[in-house]
Amino acid sequence: MGAPVISVRGLVNRFGAQTVHDGLDLDVLPGEILGVVGGSGSGKSVLMRSIIGLQRPAAGRIEVFGVDVTAPGCRLLELSRRWGVLFQAGALFSGLTVAENVQVPMREHLELPGELMDEIAAYKIAMVGLPGEAGAKYPAELSGGMRKRAALARALAMDPGLLFLDEPTAGLDPVGAAAFDQLILTLRDSMGLTVFLITHDLDTLMTICDRVAVIAEKRVLAVGTIDALTRLDHPWVQDYFLGPRGRAAAGARAALAGAKGG
Amino acid sequence: MATEAADTGDGAAGGRQRLVLAGELTIDRAAGLERELAGVPPGPLAIDLSGVTRIDTVGAWLVHRLLRDRSGSGVEGAPADARRLLAEVAAADQPCALRPDLQPPWLREIGKIGTAVIGAAATMGAGLGFVGTVLLVAVRTAVSRRGIRWAAVSRQMEATGVEALGIVGLMSFLIGIVIAQQGAVQLEQFGAQVFTVNLIGRSTFRELGILLTAIMVAGRSASAFAAQIGTMKLNEELDAMRTIGLDPVEVLVVPRVIALTVIMPLLGFYASILAVIGGGLLCWTLLDIPPATYVQRIREVVPMSDFWIGMAKAPFFGAVIAMTGCFQGMQVTGTAESVGSRTTIAVVQSIFLVIVLDAFFAVFFTAIGFV
Repeated sequence: MGAPVISVRGLVNRFGAQTVHDGLDLDVLPGEILGVVGGSGSGKSVLMRSIIGLQRPAAGRIEVFGVDVTAPGCRLLELSRRWGVLFQAGALFSGLTVAENVQVPMREHLELPGELMDEIAAYKIAMVGLPGEAGAKYPAELSGGMRKRAALARALAMDPGLLFLDEPTAGLDPVGAAAFDQLILTLRDSMGLTVFLITHDLDTLMTICDRVAVIAEKRVLAVGTIDALTRLDHPWVQDYFLGPRGRAAAGARAALAGAKGG
Repeated sequence: MATEAADTGDGAAGGRQRLVLAGELTIDRAAGLERELAGVPPGPLAIDLSGVTRIDTVGAWLVHRLLRDRSGSGVEGAPADARRLLAEVAAADQPCALRPDLQPPWLREIGKIGTAVIGAAATMGAGLGFVGTVLLVAVRTAVSRRGIRWAAVSRQMEATGVEALGIVGLMSFLIGIVIAQQGAVQLEQFGAQVFTVNLIGRSTFRELGILLTAIMVAGRSASAFAAQIGTMKLNEELDAMRTIGLDPVEVLVVPRVIALTVIMPLLGFYASILAVIGGGLLCWTLLDIPPATYVQRIREVVPMSDFWIGMAKAPFFGAVIAMTGCFQGMQVTGTAESVGSRTTIAVVQSIFLVIVLDAFFAVFFTAIGFV
């Protein structure tokens, strides 16, 4: 499968006296959708922030596209053109319209003619499934699900090879969440994305993730397919995947597969 | 392959020009590629993509645009991922509004004026309604079994009064020095330096002590009220209160209004005294008027009416500042940005209203013979 896109070794993160990560290792392989799960406060978001350089780790080595982002001389801004990030609440710039939000990265990094940028913004907005009139709207005028899609369009503006998603389906209704899952899957296939996905949504995990990393006890407890993880003999993992909600999601997936097969 | 980024070559082939694209068709090369493609003479194209090493959606879009704009064009030798991306961007080629409707500037300006006038009128109406609500709720609460929330009132008095002592005191002390110094310089021209004391005493007790304190409190507390209540509103705390059966006006607004109404005269008195002390210090050092003489002169030249006029104005200033701050906090809607703009409006409006009220009082007291 080639060299990992993201490689984390011996990551240590501390806030004051509290240690969030202690010797965390993780690899994300090219073209996969890696789901990251863990209890609240287990440091999923901190891990993401460390990888994209927003949080300086106390120790450890993080390589993205083979470049060490923790090195003092790292040209982080240059590297950041090659990934897109969808923050939990979208983090759209509230003073700009959706189309302008999508154009911000292009405007900053490239010297494209205005007309071409308009066209690019238009098809990106259509690609994430937003209606045509959404481009001229301000983020405050959009519903939660539309805001997530608009933020995804901005994350995809530079055609990145790597996409970070922080709880993309949180706060969406089940129909919207399922549609968003399918959207990510489609985009991964068409654009050849590698996706780092933080989620609590068991349906998302079961539907679109190739592998799942479980963060607990300050490190990555296990990485593997859902089937492999459910066979793992660890109380937290057992509770997570085989608790009532996990079983329900797995049952729904099996039923769906059965319906499709029949 | 990167160097031969996008070779375009023309050649006639069955009525269609041949266009060979090779190398990387990515967003980084889009600007140069677009310029070159614009130079291709019109007519249908046969686009050869067999030499493309890497393609992303922007590259695919540029190809798609050629196909769309030149009917009869086609693609040859496209790798699988290029075909997939072409299909993807073709599906996403839908009409899309990119900007809010732009009107001509003159129309927009007229529109802005109209919006501002309507907004001002609506704010005035809503503000008057709010004052009425607060008074009604205050009276109803005072006579109810639950009574006024005195714990909240005292907490607000601490935040708006006690914690402001430092900055208000320092400001008044310095203002006293400035009045004395400027007065002494000007009055010296008439040999009337002695009257500096009159200037300090009368201006601070009657006007400046209260007015400047009110402006300082408006900056400190009106903004704080608007931001606190606005954030709570965004956080749906006000809605939560209502569902529990609490009236936000009773719980949040009434204690703040009472606290500022009570604390303003006290702060104003304290500010006046510190301004007099500051002025006295300057009289002592610059004009050689000893403190004992200074105090005696102050008592002779400042009539009690000046003091009472200042004290009478203060509670009104306090109430207006508190109500403006709370009212603007209640007007917050939608986003966090709104908290910021409402906080600014709260400060500007409360200072404006305080000065309007002060002008009204000046005319009023003169008219009823308090000079």
